[in-house]
Amino acid sequence: MSAAQGTAERGPYPIGHDATEHREPHAEHAERGVVSKRIIVGYGFWIFLLSDIVMFSAFFATYAVLSDATAGGPSGKDLFHLNTVAIETACLLLSSFTCGVASIGARAHNDLMYYGAMAVTAIFGAGFLSLEIHEFAGMVAIGAGPSRSAFLSAFFTLVGCHGLHVTLGLMWLLTMMAQVFAKGYRADILRRVLCFSLFWHTLDIIWIAIFTVVYLMGAAQ
Amino acid sequence: MSHTNRGLHLHPGDTAPGDEIAGGREVVEGLLGYLVGLALATLITVVAFFISQTTLVWQPSIPIALFVLAVAQMGVHLVFFLHITSGPDNTNNILALAFGVLIVLLLIGGTLWIMYHMNHNMMPMEQIMRMQQ
Repeated sequence: MSAAQGTAERGPYPIGHDATEHREPHAEHAERGVVSKRIIVGYGFWIFLLSDIVMFSAFFATYAVLSDATAGGPSGKDLFHLNTVAIETACLLLSSFTCGVASIGARAHNDLMYYGAMAVTAIFGAGFLSLEIHEFAGMVAIGAGPSRSAFLSAFFTLVGCHGLHVTLGLMWLLTMMAQVFAKGYRADILRRVLCFSLFWHTLDIIWIAIFTVVYLMGAAQ
Repeated sequence: MSHTNRGLHLHPGDTAPGDEIAGGREVVEGLLGYLVGLALATLITVVAFFISQTTLVWQPSIPIALFVLAVAQMGVHLVFFLHITSGPDNTNNILALAFGVLIVLLLIGGTLWIMYHMNHNMMPMEQIMRMQQ
């Protein structure tokens, strides 16, 4: 339905007033089948995220099958340091929170809230990554690299794939800061910020499964 | 409404719902939502780490407790961080999520089921080695 039709039906209103009169609650839009672009974009990106989760579930299934196949090498109990994992978990959880704060700041066009919260999110994300890289390097250094056993192959595939996602998410985060800086809080830029925040929150959900299945259950065995 | 927004938008004067600038009340409500989510998620995480290390509870119950806590925390994240709600705007998201969960359960459950029985029916590794000699 075009804006011209709307004004024609209602008579000679100035176009500027039409914008405020046109606004209706979300529910009515959904019933009429006319949904805001923000909701359509979110839905499309949600389907991508679900397909990513399905891919991770294959890695989880592989890990669950191979977690006992240590080939005489070290098991999870020997390798995992739960203190490190707890700090990694705290980093990701707090970064998820600040990412949410940043998305509110973007919608409110509040510079301090948006840039500040995005910067804190980036710092927590980088902290998580450096801890994980340190952990991986330590394991490889004592001969427990991905080629040692089927268990370690599955471990590095699963946890490394999550780490790769966090790395890509960090790059996307910096890109979104630069885009808002260069182009302002435009509606299309805000939709990209929405997609980024969905992506970042989903990484945290996958991390919940990793720290439960891999680390907590692995260290308890 | 900002004139900059209108000037850059494809359809001037046709700002979609959800694209308006969030006001003071929306900001406070949004922050409160994220704070509640953070508090709940932190609580569940701390309980999970505590339970995995404690000797106070019956040991075989620990994996089940960890699994339940993980599912609960995923629910908290979905509702408070990803805003998957039961509202009319979210019907499609919920259906997609339900389909995703179905595929994940089939994939993980099916894999574990099949591999358990294959391991069960396999000859023990020592016997295979003995036959090769």
